[in-house]
Amino acid sequence: MARTIVPIGPYHPLQEEPEFFTLTVEGEKIIAVDVEVGYNHRGIEKLSEMKTFDQSTFVIERICGICSTSHPFAYTRAVEDIIPLEVPERAKYIRTIIAEGERIHSHLLWLGLAGHFLGYNTVYMWAWKLREEILDAMEVLSGNRNNYAMFKPGGVRRDIKAEDIPGVVKKVDSIIPTLIMLKKAVMDDPVLHARTKGVGKLSREEAINYSALGPTARASGVARDLRKDCPYGAYERLDWEMIVTSNGDVFDKLVVRVLETFESIKIIKYCLLNLPKGEIDAQIKSIPSGEGIGQIEAPRGECFHYVKSDGTNRPARHKVRAPTFMNLPTYKSTVVGQTISDATIIFAAIDPCYCCTERMAVRNTSGEKIYNGEDLIRLSQEKTAKIKNKLGIK
Amino acid sequence: MYRSDVLGDINQKFKEGIIDVIDKSSTRVYIEIKASSLVKIANYIFKELKARFSIASGVDVRSHMEILYHFTLEDINLVISLRVKLDKSKLEIDSLTPSFEAANWIEREIHEMLGINFKGHPDLRRLLLSEDWPEGVYPLRRDYKEWDKKAIRDRGV
Repeated sequence: MARTIVPIGPYHPLQEEPEFFTLTVEGEKIIAVDVEVGYNHRGIEKLSEMKTFDQSTFVIERICGICSTSHPFAYTRAVEDIIPLEVPERAKYIRTIIAEGERIHSHLLWLGLAGHFLGYNTVYMWAWKLREEILDAMEVLSGNRNNYAMFKPGGVRRDIKAEDIPGVVKKVDSIIPTLIMLKKAVMDDPVLHARTKGVGKLSREEAINYSALGPTARASGVARDLRKDCPYGAYERLDWEMIVTSNGDVFDKLVVRVLETFESIKIIKYCLLNLPKGEIDAQIKSIPSGEGIGQIEAPRGECFHYVKSDGTNRPARHKVRAPTFMNLPTYKSTVVGQTISDATIIFAAIDPCYCCTERMAVRNTSGEKIYNGEDLIRLSQEKTAKIKNKLGIK
Repeated sequence: MYRSDVLGDINQKFKEGIIDVIDKSSTRVYIEIKASSLVKIANYIFKELKARFSIASGVDVRSHMEILYHFTLEDINLVISLRVKLDKSKLEIDSLTPSFEAANWIEREIHEMLGINFKGHPDLRRLLLSEDWPEGVYPLRRDYKEWDKKAIRDRGV
């Protein structure tokens, strides 16, 4: 049969990130795939070498808008590994709270997008609505919906106020009933089963061969989670379950993420209600020469940072490895042999990183607010009305 | 499986390939090895000890180049980093990609960033740098300068 090459990208119609896929197809069947990345290469590893250890935390926080906790978390742990140093107990709990909040909103974001890719927009709307609640809770805790800037080598930059805790717990609790409803809508839906079951299978052997990470590996029966295996933060004191399934298809990846969200809610609530008292910063005076490794379980898998210090106030080398770097090559195993209509959801199933979050408020130079969100919506509606009026549409 | 058994095993099996072992902490071990025995030791750690290949990181340490191969053994909470030192006059090392697929992309990245050649790699194309980046200019090397005239001219800036 004749072979056709189908190029997708570099501006992907669905995934709002530049990647380039070359699919070789015979009829509808994919027989080879090549992925080209690098359109978003910003040289952050090099940039980090030019900043001081404290400044680097802010630079690497901006690697990704969704993983804005994972990278600083892994980086600060790498720096603390050089010294070596244990952060205070309270800081560990605060770090855990922020990291789990990120996991919830990241998984919900993915769930929404997955629904959207499959044409199931109800899931998309519900999941993103729930995500808003979590982002609001994070705003109460850190001051930001994303890019929380909570981390610093040695501890955290901002304490959690005791009076904020009941409100946040209530907010986190409030999403549980809807999340249960959503779980049922996703896991018991026959159409979703038909679209995702048996699609894009990653076998256990291949998951190990590619060293796949996080939910991608756990859906294939590889029971690895750094939070359980190499405990950091407050995780070793917590009671929660690692979610592992065995089929490795898109449906199982979906199930792992949905169930993990419930575990994260459990962790976040426990940490908030049992927050120990004490210092939040170990006050690092200087960083000796040496090297350190920081690993943490990001929403998409292990985030790995290697920092080498030569005794100055800047890192001599800073290696960043995001989980998607290891998960992307698994496409070679999952997409070959599938039909081209399933390619989109298989590509999306590993949850490659996306960036979003956009809000604004217009202020004049003295800081006085002129427009808020509601005003902007009102202005937008007025403009639409004006245009309609001009065109004579009622 | 215990930490001491694992390290003892590696030490005994690859005595002639190991130069130095630095036991940094209870969860981190750095083993300096000869470049010629990398594939054997890495295969043993990945396949026999069932470790996960976390990543490799290349460093230009001015006097020489260094590649660290990080393996995570989740069962015993240990990261083993194999350190290989390469002389700057001969930047070449055996590829791990034929042994396991996980090393594929990072070897491509180190190849373009530091100019190290991986012998036996099936597909050593560029990964992150763009096609119009000049040949022979390696951004993560110490002697790289952003205002490198050749680099700027070749990029047509």
